[in-house]
Amino acid sequence: MKIIEADKVCFSYRIAGADGAEETLAPAVRELSLDIGEGEFVAVLGRNGSGKSTFAKLINALLTPSAGQLNVSGYSTAGEEHIWNIRQTAGMVFQNPDNQIVATIVEEDVAFGPENLGVPTAEIRARVDEALATVGMGDYALHSPHFLSGGQKQRVCIAGVLAMKPRIIILDEPTAMLDPIGRREVLAAVSRLNRQEGMTVLLITHYMEEAVMADRVVVMDKGAAVLQGTPGEVFLHGPLLRELGLNLPQITEIGARLAECGLPVKPGILTINEMADELCSILNSK
Amino acid sequence: MLHTKLEINNLVFTYNKGASFEKKALDNVNLKIGAGEFMGLIGCTGSGKSTLIQQFNALLKPESGNVLLDGTDIHADKSRLKEVRRKVGLVFQYPEQQLFEETVAKDVAFGPKNLGLPAEEIEERVKWALDMVGLTPEMGEQSPFDLSGGQKRRAAIAGVLAMKPEVLVLDEPAAGLDPVGRDEILMKIREMHKRTGITIILVSHSMEDVARLVERIAVINGGRIVMDDIPAAVFSRAPELEQMGLSAPQAALLAQELQKRGFRLRDGLYTVEDVVAAVAQELSVNKGLNHK
Ligand SMILES: Nc1ncnc2c1ncn2[C@@H]1O[C@H](COP(=O)(O)OP(=O)(O)OP(=O)(O)O)[C@@H](O)[C@H]1O
Ligand SMILES: Nc1ncnc2c1ncn2[C@@H]1O[C@H](COP(=O)(O)OP(=O)(O)OP(=O)(O)O)[C@@H](O)[C@H]1O
Ligand SMILES: [Mg+2]
Ligand SMILES: [Mg+2]
Repeated sequence: MKIIEADKVCFSYRIAGADGAEETLAPAVRELSLDIGEGEFVAVLGRNGSGKSTFAKLINALLTPSAGQLNVSGYSTAGEEHIWNIRQTAGMVFQNPDNQIVATIVEEDVAFGPENLGVPTAEIRARVDEALATVGMGDYALHSPHFLSGGQKQRVCIAGVLAMKPRIIILDEPTAMLDPIGRREVLAAVSRLNRQEGMTVLLITHYMEEAVMADRVVVMDKGAAVLQGTPGEVFLHGPLLRELGLNLPQITEIGARLAECGLPVKPGILTINEMADELCSILNSK
Repeated sequence: MLHTKLEINNLVFTYNKGASFEKKALDNVNLKIGAGEFMGLIGCTGSGKSTLIQQFNALLKPESGNVLLDGTDIHADKSRLKEVRRKVGLVFQYPEQQLFEETVAKDVAFGPKNLGLPAEEIEERVKWALDMVGLTPEMGEQSPFDLSGGQKRRAAIAGVLAMKPEVLVLDEPAAGLDPVGRDEILMKIREMHKRTGITIILVSHSMEDVARLVERIAVINGGRIVMDDIPAAVFSRAPELEQMGLSAPQAALLAQELQKRGFRLRDGLYTVEDVVAAVAQELSVNKGLNHK
């Protein structure tokens, strides 16, 4: 079943003219067509300003398309009547955690979403504890979110969305401020929710290593989806990706350069273990 | 021996001192940074990196211990604080905290204006700084609030570069930048470092970025400096790094895995270039090939 259906979606920001000059339109998403199936794990890549966050806000109905059709679990995001339903279906973690923290105690902040959904009190308690544990912030339940470090705040925001148990979770660069192990843990948690609970995941990221974990990678440029496929397929296109502002995961890059040196390294290898296997078999075949 | 630019002695700092929820964020930190050094500072979330670098330009005040800039305690004379902030430029972790003017160009001009520079010089610097971070002159005329996340970060970096500080402190400058933008900005900063001899301290969670740039890495954990060495030495201690929430670059981890599996590679490889060269050599096909 398709949970997100985007058909030629367009969106422009209105920019107020300085000193009484006329308002201008800045197109951010242009004729974007993309379907995402329920339970899919999709990574969205693209250079700065390519329209990723705008697309995310369109899915969440924070913005509405100026043209084209966008449906989330069958409801059009254009009308007012389904907004509540759509926001409940698609939970979003924003790019900057500071804009997202609402309460003065971590656990209250995480409880805010489920409370708004009318979840019974006893269940809220369980959900908050579980969500904080998932992101490794259980010890900070009673702290003030404003006194946390950058990465800690980001984890609290993720917990806040997890506690709402949405069918779709949209993560806009959720790991940009996390340390390497924190990044791995958050991704493992997201990936677990995807596999075990069938949660649909849309992960916006600038870390190519993270995109490797997705079922499908979508590359955006100038507001449209310009390249997509499995990670193994997309990361075959080193030069094209560079033109689009991206690069290859380090391991894939090493493989490509060894191939340039004339070694028979299979293209599109993504992980350390696979690469070590491949190089060992080349060494042993000598 | 390099002239010591910045010296941190027995520095202790606690947030909300005396309150029940007080938090000791820096615990007896000692660090000497030479003039012209390019140093990386890594540590897990909450380890104290941002707290430490805010001590460098007197945004926070030590509870005990001191910070010497060019040999003088930065808190010794309050009237010198402005000079300290001019010499030590800090790009914050969240750029939104730093942008407030009507247009990006005005924002970038704010610092130089405060320095009382002549108008032509300010204009010159704004142009240069925007170019350094890959923002076009047209973007300079936009409101900073109309920019995407990565574009905002570029604007914030430009604002600090335009001050031409003697010590440049970058707190996660590349977070949120696309890979090509990250490469471009970091390479330009490296060039600038080579050309001008500016002292740079880079805080980053990207081990790959740190690996490509710095000459020395300090590792902070629980408010204490626990390693301080050249990158090859730090990244060869991958299991310890993992214990602290960190890692070695993917390239280093691959080299270490290959060593375990019997490849004869020298220790301490951590960049893509070096790993490719060493592996190609081990597989003895490197004759007559050019390595980038
Ligand atoms: N509030 C806004 N008002 C006007 N223009 C905007 C606004 N937000 C974004 N834009 C513009 O719309 C385009 C798309 O922005 P968007 O934030 O969707 O990019 P992005 O792909 O998320 O980029 P990044 O990787 O930097 O986060 C950019 O050109 C940006 O300058
Ligand atoms: N304003 C504040 N008030 C109280 N405690 C704080 C404040 N800022 C940070 N802390 C606490 O001090 C410790 C160090 O925080 P700091 O921001 O220096 O970490 P960091 O290494 O920069 O982390 P990150 O990588 O997540 O940015 C953390 O435990 C944090 O919770
Ligand atoms: Mg964005
Ligand atoms: Mg920090």
